[in-house]
Amino acid sequence: MYKILKKKSLNPTVTMMEIEAPLVAKKAKAGQFIILRVDEEGERIPLTIAGTDNATGGVKIIFQIVGATTEKLNHKAEGEYIQDFVGPLGMPTHIAGLKKVCVIGGGVGCAIALPVAEALHAQGTEVTSVIGFRNKDLLILEDEFKACSDKLIVMTDDGSYARHGNVTVPLKEMLDAGEQFDMIITIGPLIMMKFVTLTAKPYGVPVTVSMNPIMIDGTGMCGGCRLTLNQDGKRVTKFACVDGPDFNGYEVDFDEAMSRGRTYFEFERKVHEKVCNLYKGV
Amino acid sequence: MPNMNPKKNEMPTQAPEVRAHNFSEVALGYEESVAVDEANRCLNCKTMPCVGGCPVNIHIPEFIAKIREMDFEGAYKVITQTSSLPAVCGRVCPQETQCESKCVRGIKGESVGIGRLERFIADYHNAFCTEAPVAPAPNGHKVAVIGSGPSGLTCAGDLAKKGYKVTVFEALHLAGGVLVYGIPEFRLPKSIVQKEVDTLKALGVEIMTNVVIGKTLTVDELFEMGYEAVFIGSGAGLPNFMNIPGESLKGVYSANEFLTRSNLMKAYKDDPDTPIMKGGKVAVVGGGNVAMDAARTALRLGAEKVYIVYRRSIEELPARKEEVEHAMEEGIEFRLLTNPTEILGYHNDADPRDPKNGSVTGIRCIKMELGEPDQKGRRRPVPIEGSEFDIDLDVVIMAIGTSPNPLLKNTTEGLDVNSHGGIIVNEDGLTSRVAVYAGGDAVTGAATVISAMGAGKVAAKAIDEYISAK
Repeated sequence: MYKILKKKSLNPTVTMMEIEAPLVAKKAKAGQFIILRVDEEGERIPLTIAGTDNATGGVKIIFQIVGATTEKLNHKAEGEYIQDFVGPLGMPTHIAGLKKVCVIGGGVGCAIALPVAEALHAQGTEVTSVIGFRNKDLLILEDEFKACSDKLIVMTDDGSYARHGNVTVPLKEMLDAGEQFDMIITIGPLIMMKFVTLTAKPYGVPVTVSMNPIMIDGTGMCGGCRLTLNQDGKRVTKFACVDGPDFNGYEVDFDEAMSRGRTYFEFERKVHEKVCNLYKGV
Repeated sequence: MPNMNPKKNEMPTQAPEVRAHNFSEVALGYEESVAVDEANRCLNCKTMPCVGGCPVNIHIPEFIAKIREMDFEGAYKVITQTSSLPAVCGRVCPQETQCESKCVRGIKGESVGIGRLERFIADYHNAFCTEAPVAPAPNGHKVAVIGSGPSGLTCAGDLAKKGYKVTVFEALHLAGGVLVYGIPEFRLPKSIVQKEVDTLKALGVEIMTNVVIGKTLTVDELFEMGYEAVFIGSGAGLPNFMNIPGESLKGVYSANEFLTRSNLMKAYKDDPDTPIMKGGKVAVVGGGNVAMDAARTALRLGAEKVYIVYRRSIEELPARKEEVEHAMEEGIEFRLLTNPTEILGYHNDADPRDPKNGSVTGIRCIKMELGEPDQKGRRRPVPIEGSEFDIDLDVVIMAIGTSPNPLLKNTTEGLDVNSHGGIIVNEDGLTSRVAVYAGGDAVTGAATVISAMGAGKVAAKAIDEYISAK
């Protein structure tokens, strides 16, 4: 069992928790993920690590309440325990040697983009961060990004806060203005990462994307997290849990990943509804 | 006088039409009187050919003699001198290619039902023995075991019996490895695996779940923590796919994923947290035990039709004979000498938001014929040109083997692997690293539970000799 050391609501649908897992905290690097189960019958879900605290042995996770498992997790209070917590899994984000990077986060993906931006900042990389949200109410981690970015641009889809528009707008402006990034690292919804990649393509800037497919064991056994890369005209199967979660954005078949991501859409909706009703006492 | 009936006593089973709709165990086990009758078929050969056919060299005629004397606990003691998991082996070993293949009775009739007798003894012990296993006096030495599957549990058990303090590190949330995520309940009830794990714990073995060696801790850190030797039994790795079009469609599973969802994550239950596609038409590609397990699981989950698609003929099916027979009895259709060339999907170009887009609708296959034998002597299947045909489907499960997981190789300096990625070991299970041993699928690639147990046993002996000589 793993203790919830801290819990904080970042916005109505996004929660931060710090889970006591000292072995994971000691090893975790930006870009890696954990797998957890809330209770004995629970499913295994992957969540990217949002930070660590070696003093408390805490591993920070930030999750959006989108389904049954995250709903159940959100109903756990500080001081309570969750059943299982394993990691750090996957490969860390490659940041060594990068001089100037644009970090682009979308929605709850910003939670994962933040430790990458922080790690870049700590090694002396010049960091431009672009973070986007649907609206003002969903904004998270603005101060934290400010602290580790040389330049921060906040976007909202509806214009209710900061700049109006999506994250590709300022990216294109910067690239048009001749900004030279060694790398664009983008983390967020698949559709956003796809369009960031398409926006960057004419300028030839390398793009790293963080994939978060359906996963079960997370250690390279089940193959559920597979995705297809287009490499030198060949279609190559890769596994996000061991080969990723980061991939070259130009190679990823986003459309296929989006389709696979919706495999259990109906099931997930029904189970989530059931859990919600349970909490409502219906 | 021995019982000279040329046939084995039949194993009672649930009727096919009943068991096809439940996850309870298929084979029900011998009654006491039947077990004694079967034991009387053993000729107690002086040369004991059967023992040579057993990867862990169980003293077979000796335990069968105890059954004849109705000393069932005595028989259990004989088996557990050399085997840590009798209730498991009695159920999942391919006896027909091992002990029973060497049985003299098999020359003019059927061999003695050694596996069935082993299962009877293990079940008898589990049902009636109240004596708790006693942990031996500690010898002061610590050994780490990576993976809690058959090789790891065997290695841990053998060392614990010698007084070693053994810690088993398991990546998943539950101990048992393939015995819990891979082999279905109807063939190996999880309660039996749990019982075997509990026995090891009573012997003093510590099991730490949720620890991925190579990630949470490295092999080198295990030595820093005071472990004097490490056994790697990390098991099978990533599933293989055929690299044909359509393998990323919704409804295409690896057998590992499909079985893990159903077994480990209990998706077979009525109201599961973990989803799995139930019902519809299902094809499993492959002919091994894993393919049979996946096909029979799909059937029990409510599939209206289940096919096994295998590119060779029935003689070459690598699965255990009993599993093939059971699958056929249950109504699974075998499409032999058939190989998929493409998985077909649904694409509604007029409506990109159609939720069915990207789902499996069928499989395109080509008929095969057997050509010249390959290096292993198996006749190579060759496609018959122009023989393509389609099968309508909702789910395709690929059960065509696995490739070793590169995690330990990548994080353990000096650990050599072969061209397939399997860890290289000598005859004692020793790897290229001092005090690091390995066995099971991590070494051989996909193989059997009992061969993994044999490897765990060999390594335990070598580890004991290594530490004793230090």
